[in-house]
Amino acid sequence: MKDQLVVSVSPHIKGNETVSSIMLDVIIALFPALIVSVYLFGWYALMLVLISVIFSVGTEFFSQKIFGKEITINDLSAVVTGILLAFVLPPGSPWWLVAVGAMLSILLGKQIFGGLGHNPFNPVLVGRAVLLVSWPIQMTTWTTPFDGITSASPLDIVKMGLDNPLPSYGDLFLGSRVGCLGETSTLALLIGAAYLLYKKQIKIHTPLFFILTVGILSILMGGDLLFNLMSGGLILGAFFMATDIVTSPLTKSGKIFFGIGCGLLTILIRFKGGTPEGVCYAILIMNMLVPLIDKYTKPKKFGTVSLRSKKS
Amino acid sequence: MKKFTFKAGVHLPSYKKLTVGEEIKETSIPQQVVILLSQHIGSPAQSIVSKGEKVKVGQKIGEAQGNISVSVHSSISGEVIDICPQLHPVSGKKVLSVIIKSDGQDEWIEKGKEHKDYFRLSSKEICNIIKEAGIVGLGGAAFPTHVKLSPPKDVDIVILNGVECEPYLSGDEQLMIKYPVEIIEGLKIIMQTVKASWGIVGIEDNKPRAIELMKKEIAKQPNISLKILKEKYPQGGEKQLIKALLNREVPSGGLPMDVGVLVDNVGTSFAIREAVIRGLPLVSRVVTVSGWGVFYPKNLRVRIGSSISFLIEECGGFSFVPGKVIMGGPMMGITQYNLEVPVVKGTSGILVFGQKEVKKENIRDCIRCSKCIDVCPMGLVPCMIALYAENQDWEKAKGYNLLDCIECGACVYVCPAKRPIVQYVKWAKEKLKC
Repeated sequence: MKDQLVVSVSPHIKGNETVSSIMLDVIIALFPALIVSVYLFGWYALMLVLISVIFSVGTEFFSQKIFGKEITINDLSAVVTGILLAFVLPPGSPWWLVAVGAMLSILLGKQIFGGLGHNPFNPVLVGRAVLLVSWPIQMTTWTTPFDGITSASPLDIVKMGLDNPLPSYGDLFLGSRVGCLGETSTLALLIGAAYLLYKKQIKIHTPLFFILTVGILSILMGGDLLFNLMSGGLILGAFFMATDIVTSPLTKSGKIFFGIGCGLLTILIRFKGGTPEGVCYAILIMNMLVPLIDKYTKPKKFGTVSLRSKKS
Repeated sequence: MKKFTFKAGVHLPSYKKLTVGEEIKETSIPQQVVILLSQHIGSPAQSIVSKGEKVKVGQKIGEAQGNISVSVHSSISGEVIDICPQLHPVSGKKVLSVIIKSDGQDEWIEKGKEHKDYFRLSSKEICNIIKEAGIVGLGGAAFPTHVKLSPPKDVDIVILNGVECEPYLSGDEQLMIKYPVEIIEGLKIIMQTVKASWGIVGIEDNKPRAIELMKKEIAKQPNISLKILKEKYPQGGEKQLIKALLNREVPSGGLPMDVGVLVDNVGTSFAIREAVIRGLPLVSRVVTVSGWGVFYPKNLRVRIGSSISFLIEECGGFSFVPGKVIMGGPMMGITQYNLEVPVVKGTSGILVFGQKEVKKENIRDCIRCSKCIDVCPMGLVPCMIALYAENQDWEKAKGYNLLDCIECGACVYVCPAKRPIVQYVKWAKEKLKC
């Protein structure tokens, strides 16, 4: 019996949460937006999501096999990457664009750095950024909901001063507007975000300060507040990309800095930059600063209070 | 009534229901006890008996060496059959021990002097009685109590720790239910010794019976109050307890006395009372024997030096093939591979887990979810400490305040990647020592 007793370092009881249970929560949180996008853009949207997931998981499997690493596709992180990548592509994208994007996300965004936990950049946004510079036409060809007619995105209209009609606030909130596959419905995304907040998988700090910064600055720049909050990828980016646990700062104060930085860069790109939307690049740039932010936002350790407050 | 607590920490399943109604029962007299001469922090006691000598219960068999050391006593009557190195359940090293074979008589040595009039004694006299009685902190640290009771700084408040925040354990709770009068008397002796003006008993809200009985007793005392705490781990850590009750923060690297506080466990208080008022040395203690792996989980008053296997037999044996045996609580306890090791003064529990409960965990790389930071009661960044320790960069780990870690294990409990952070911390601390 002696040699059947396990010897290990404390603690001897552990919580039930695993990497896959976290990822499952994210997948559940993305479902409302997925349903809305299928409603708006038809079954083709679902097909794109499925292709993206299949290629993400497949790439993860084969790259881990080739690199001689443990196969970790059952942690569901590649599924999350797949869904999110499809969400940030135009709903009328050709299937091969999605497939290439998924492979790029996993390979260049994640596996090349050593897999989940080691990637400095959000893999989804790496995939999107590479696609955007490689196939700029396909990546900016927007289609309208329901009928699929080629049109300009709301941010394009503002940026280029086109005289197309802008969507109403109601349409922006519910999602009936031109935009990326999963970013259009503010309501659906907020429902998903609320679920993640409730399950404590994300903290409010980054999205709150991201959105606040964008809101305040868009007023200062003379833009329309609600339009700027709901017309691009801000809600999706703030709640699902900037909160990516691997590529965002560790502490609450760090998350606040990160959110403000993302907001500043988004507005800078939207109002002064060459492209109509800035959320993707803003988050990628802020990802680079995460080690620095972490270094300067360590939590206050116990027992370092000033003498005055010690004797209360 | 206002409930107190501290920031961060984690809510654990309590598993206390296994033993919650189990009153403290005496074990039968063990056939043999192994009494380690080093059961406390500080220099080991020196054996004053020889092989073949007859000893009685309560007879001193080890003399304290120097100030930071305490005496050791025989817990049964019988014959010394050997004095040799034996495995220490906590340190894992072999330490000199006295092995006594029982004669079945359980004959006590003549008791020490009773001091019902303890208020006439000076602090020094009380400390001497405590040292001679072999009393150490019974919460688990096993620091000699007489040293703690002669602090070089002024102490104005004594906190009695009845928190018992580790899951499974319920020995302190039962002690408070059975001996409220004695525990409060012990507290009064402690307060008198360190000249503290105020006493506080802190109990978590998951022990309603203990709270009720202690409250009655405390109501009779003018300068002692009861404070109820919200259930949370690791609230029984003295730094967390002081913060929760008094909002005083013990400075990093400091001791409770730096903020004018002394914390003692309720078990220690009881032992002090028995030593001072009744003249009894520390020869037994309350141990919770629990877990799904034992047939009848119980709270036992155990003779020090009894083996783990003896205690498990007293609880009806194993209920199925054991996978893990732990001395202490499930969060900070130490796994045992040899069930013949003895109970020491700091042993608060023996837990037996079945093989099914001992899963091999799939350890992943850190995914930076920062949950460990949220729960760390010391305000550290456990994931970074573990990362640097993993890469054997000890200095960087130290830079992340490694030495402030109390190894409570809250970070490991919440870690979704199942990283053995406490193991890394212990490793790094060991490496930095040499």
